[in-house]
Amino acid sequence: MQTVAFWVLAVGAVGFGVAVFVVDSMARATFALLASFLCVGVELLLLDLDYLGVLVILMMIMEMLVMAVFMIMYMMNPGGLMPMTMVHNKRGALAISGSVFAALAAGVFLTPWPERRGSVPADPTFSVGESIMGPKMLVMMVIGIAILATMVASVVLATDRGRYDRPPGRADGAK
Amino acid sequence: MSLQTFLLLAAALFSVGLYGALSQQSIVMLMMGLELMINGLLVAGAAFWFYVSPGTADGQVLVLVAVTVMALEMAMGFAVVTALFRARDVDVTDDAGDLKG
Repeated sequence: MQTVAFWVLAVGAVGFGVAVFVVDSMARATFALLASFLCVGVELLLLDLDYLGVLVILMMIMEMLVMAVFMIMYMMNPGGLMPMTMVHNKRGALAISGSVFAALAAGVFLTPWPERRGSVPADPTFSVGESIMGPKMLVMMVIGIAILATMVASVVLATDRGRYDRPPGRADGAK
Repeated sequence: MSLQTFLLLAAALFSVGLYGALSQQSIVMLMMGLELMINGLLVAGAAFWFYVSPGTADGQVLVLVAVTVMALEMAMGFAVVTALFRARDVDVTDDAGDLKG
């Protein structure tokens, strides 16, 4: 049962991933990416990662809804009115990604992976919570700072006036 | 289900994302490719936790970091695209080639 679910979700995740770059509309591509992330979220649930699976599912729903707005903003082919190619160097990209997949797949099957150490805890969510509130707290603190820095930096970059306000020469510029 | 099949899924997602990141003209579509690559990393990280060292929570923390960094990367990416679009009316990678380095 779990194996069937794994393969169905795996094919779904990769299939929706391919759809991201096949569909014409960038808004549709966003929702294809969301479907791919949802499949991966359920795959994590299959690995007993209840918290991380639900986190990926909820976070990606929100992230892709926000992203859909940006996608519509920067859409290259709005409403299919301007049919155009959105790719460059398609053959080279296909060759590179195909050979990367072949190399990774060969590595997956040829590498002697280490034996399993330890056993899955009864409650993995409890163990990750205990970990980030204990020995891994520094990791979470650094992430917190990084989130704050990203908030500040993205607002500074995206605002109309920029880092130094308007240039002094302009009529509405700084005095 | 085994470590190998999960890693194969991760490799497939990574390669599809790599194709997108290399081939898309639009900068926002390029970022979709990057997201897909990190999606593969999430699968690989979770599989390594489950099949190699489930005794400690290190693998779970790594996946948590990867999810967070993915969201931050998207926020910064969109901010850069917005800044670029405001300054130069550019939203495709070919017109922003001078940013390389």
